[in-house]
Amino acid sequence: MSPAIIVVCVLGGLLLVAPGLIWVERRLLAVWQDRYGPNRAGPLGLLVVLADTLKLFFKEDWIPPFADKKVFVMAPAIVVITVLMSFVIVPFSPGFIVVDLNIGLLFFLAMSSMGAYSIILGGWASNNKYSLLGAMRGAAQMISYEVFMGLSLMGVVLITGSFSLHDIVEAQRNMWFVVPQFLGFVIFLIAGIAETHRLPFDIPEAESELIAGFHSEYSGMKFGMFFVGEYIGIMLISCMVTCLFFGGWLGPAFLPPIVWFILKMFAFIALFILLRASLPRPRYDQLMEFGWKILLPLSLLNVMVTAAIILWNENPQ
Amino acid sequence: MAFYIASIIAILATIMVITRYNMIHALLYLVVSFLAVAVIFFMLGAPFVAALEVIIYAGAIVVLIIFVIMMLNLKEESVEQERKWFSKNIWIGPGILSLVLLGELAYILITSERVLLNNSVVDSKAVGMSLYGPYIIGVELCGLLLMAGIVGAYHLGRQRRKVVHRFLEKAEE
Repeated sequence: MSPAIIVVCVLGGLLLVAPGLIWVERRLLAVWQDRYGPNRAGPLGLLVVLADTLKLFFKEDWIPPFADKKVFVMAPAIVVITVLMSFVIVPFSPGFIVVDLNIGLLFFLAMSSMGAYSIILGGWASNNKYSLLGAMRGAAQMISYEVFMGLSLMGVVLITGSFSLHDIVEAQRNMWFVVPQFLGFVIFLIAGIAETHRLPFDIPEAESELIAGFHSEYSGMKFGMFFVGEYIGIMLISCMVTCLFFGGWLGPAFLPPIVWFILKMFAFIALFILLRASLPRPRYDQLMEFGWKILLPLSLLNVMVTAAIILWNENPQ
Repeated sequence: MAFYIASIIAILATIMVITRYNMIHALLYLVVSFLAVAVIFFMLGAPFVAALEVIIYAGAIVVLIIFVIMMLNLKEESVEQERKWFSKNIWIGPGILSLVLLGELAYILITSERVLLNNSVVDSKAVGMSLYGPYIIGVELCGLLLMAGIVGAYHLGRQRRKVVHRFLEKAEE
């Protein structure tokens, strides 16, 4: 398949599925909270997606007079750009990948660290105390959780011996990496939730204390961009978990590889939503303490033990 | 061609970093400059260094600087102050020094023999082998420096526990 077709497929698919996730999230939350959720507009309430999107498009797009206009406009674009760029290296099935970079994982980490700018700049440009607080929380949270995110992946890289996601998936033919790298998987999942600032780690926006934090001044489609960026971010983390720890497109042959990939991805999206439905939000200092005092030593330990076992297997004394 | 585009962007962005009055805008141009340099590294066959440039410089260090500037919450006053400081006279010293450097660089480039870059890609494994092979002492020194930094940060950030009570007020260690 030519790269142009793949790019169009991936981009179109993502931008179509991202608003659809709003519906999925609301329905699933309703199931777990024992209520109906949106079920009136269209079959199963599916038209709610259309209504939501139209509403966002026609809302008044307002830039506060006290805001830094250029930065204010730029911030929502950054989150969508960086998240979409990360999808460049995700292998959906053998051959269905935009570019198979040999530094694939590093590219993903680089893009997710660039994503922090959208929160910081959005909050700073809004020129509003709540937004600034949200932005500072977001910056601290994303920088610290990036560290464990990178470290937790190093176990997988050590076993595979490559940063390329294609190679990593291929290396899981015998056993999914979730078995030998269970600790890495748990740390990566937690760090991934913190990176996408989803509940329970949504303290940069925390409605109840910061009235939506870094995006409280945003309206209309600019807010929509943050929203879409967040949902695509969830998909990205789900894709990465699938590729890195759950064998990517590998699965029994009665389904084509891409179907396996999408099934696994949606399972993790559902997990993200279940976490939102069930966990309370930690306090800010608790979050940082948990990260630096528990996750950092654990992820270092994980890297050390993995490396030691690999060395031992290579030349047992 | 791509090299020239990236390098022109890097130079323009760096000039913008120096000439902006608003610090956050200057830092944003700095990020653009880092990204352009990362692209140049990538084209020269050093993808690992390119990725690290984005992760560490553009992704972490500038974010931390912006973080500090946000904490200080500098407003229009600081922009005014920057504008005052940014007078014509201030250009002279650094200008002369950079001109000398530029001359030196041009002299070296003209007189020395040209080495053609063979487009071999240096992958992460090669970087690791050289870091932990011939350059191990540098890695160790960096580690020591970082350790000293962490200890220093811990010392600065340590808080004395203070017991507040109506009758007895004492400062614990």
